[in-house]
Amino acid sequence: MNRVLSSKRGRFALAVVTLFVFVAVFGALLAPQDPEASSTEVLEGPSGSHLLGTTEVGADVFSQLLVGARVSIVVGFSAAVISAVLGAAVGLTGGYFGGITDKLIDAFENWFLVIPQLPLMVVLARLLNPSLGVLIFVIGITSWAGTGRIVRSQVLTLKERAFVERARALGASDWHIIRRHILPNALPLIFANTVLIVAVAILAEASLSFLGLGDPTSISWGRMLEDGFSAGAPSAGAWWYMVPPGLCITVLVFAIGLLGYVFEQQLNPRLQEAVE
Amino acid sequence: MGDPTAQLARLPRATPEEIQQLRAAYGLDKPLLGQFADYVGDTVRLDLGISQRTRRPVWDEIGDALPWTLLLVGTGTLLATVVGTWLGIVAATRRGSRTDDSLLGFSLFTYSAPEYWIGLILILLFAVAIPVFPAGLQMTPGEQFESFWAQAVDVAQHLVLPSIALMLVLLGQYFVIMRSSMVDVLTEDFITVKRATGLPWAKVVRRHAVRNALLPLVTLSAIYFGFVMGGVITIETIFSWPGLGLLEFDAITSKDFPMLQGAFLVFSVSVIVLNLIADCLYFVLDPRVQSA
Repeated sequence: MNRVLSSKRGRFALAVVTLFVFVAVFGALLAPQDPEASSTEVLEGPSGSHLLGTTEVGADVFSQLLVGARVSIVVGFSAAVISAVLGAAVGLTGGYFGGITDKLIDAFENWFLVIPQLPLMVVLARLLNPSLGVLIFVIGITSWAGTGRIVRSQVLTLKERAFVERARALGASDWHIIRRHILPNALPLIFANTVLIVAVAILAEASLSFLGLGDPTSISWGRMLEDGFSAGAPSAGAWWYMVPPGLCITVLVFAIGLLGYVFEQQLNPRLQEAVE
Repeated sequence: MGDPTAQLARLPRATPEEIQQLRAAYGLDKPLLGQFADYVGDTVRLDLGISQRTRRPVWDEIGDALPWTLLLVGTGTLLATVVGTWLGIVAATRRGSRTDDSLLGFSLFTYSAPEYWIGLILILLFAVAIPVFPAGLQMTPGEQFESFWAQAVDVAQHLVLPSIALMLVLLGQYFVIMRSSMVDVLTEDFITVKRATGLPWAKVVRRHAVRNALLPLVTLSAIYFGFVMGGVITIETIFSWPGLGLLEFDAITSKDFPMLQGAFLVFSVSVIVLNLIADCLYFVLDPRVQSA
């Protein structure tokens, strides 16, 4: 963490992400108005009473923006955790045991790597009924393959190291070796990769919500874009409604991506040279 | 779970017998494994079923939509390749400069942005604020075109905004790949040797560096094709572009499962085929792979 703070990019990214997490936690309290309250002031531009104008039903855009942060953050982080656990389990198993297990896992992984993610998520989400849990599940279960691949290659080099061989010579079980020697060493890499998956998951949540496959009971940035788009806000020129949600998604994804990139740099000194 | 017959039998007076009839007609009364076997069998025989929304065969719908998607994806990818490659070369030859930094920042920004949001911004800017391009559809509806060319011009005008949106989605990746690939090539010995022979710098870049740097772009653009397919769904939706993406979106909103499955199949198969083509191309382009 100290090393992340030592770089200018790292500090910037961390500050932005912290701000968004703060809004996700306290957004509902900070919102100046009820985000669901409709009024007769429909699609009006920014004013003193509505900082970012109003929606197609006259709700306050700024309040919706603050409340919407929660879904992005919750879905992004939860889906990334599912994806990290799946990816790590698969990568550890395949890499450590090798042989036919590895081959089977590899074939399965290839399948998930090649199938386009959004169309797959769309089909899955449509089959199940949209809710927050379904979103998290669908995104998590379609995004682990990359992590699995990276963990596997790390495990392949780790298991040949002297300390693993020593543990094996002392009669340690496979489970013990994986848990005590391999996993701790692969953890930093899994972590850096998971940070990047958070960014992907936030984009995926927004896309699914935009396509009408989000949780219908909660406000999210993707749903704001969907509501506004289907109500014709773009052709009405309602930039105050259409620009902020997308900008929030972009800035958050950008900051998280930057954070993951900084973590990766710290872990891999070779990358540092290549970029600088 | 979304039992499709719940959708079909939304008729208020459907009797249980009628619902049962519908279930039998769609094979939904069979056990799950039997349904799956039916699906695999039908798919192998290239029978994708009938769209529940339009009552037309899924293949006919896909056949109508595919040319429009190919036009959009082709134009977007072509623009992204040309612009991305060019910007990558510019940045790599001026590494560390302000131009390099701002290009990198811009490409990371477009990479982080949802593609449909970029599309919405384009609509706000160039169809509403400054109305130079149409905001949607593939041609002016109801227009009687005097000639093929008049129609082509009309389609081209409608193509501008969606293809630029698609280009911006892809640009970031192409730029970053091309830039790092160029940086690698430019630090190789043969470039130093070429410069030492007194060949002008511009010629060294154009003749020797660019050609070698283009290689990774070929494979990587195939890998990113899956990403393009995701972008196609949302971009076609916001521009009402009548391709596969819009078909998929309509299938989502109307719970049209045969259509959803069919479109998904076409998306997946096209990604696999493109990966195959890229592998073969790489083999042809890089003699080192052949000798290995």
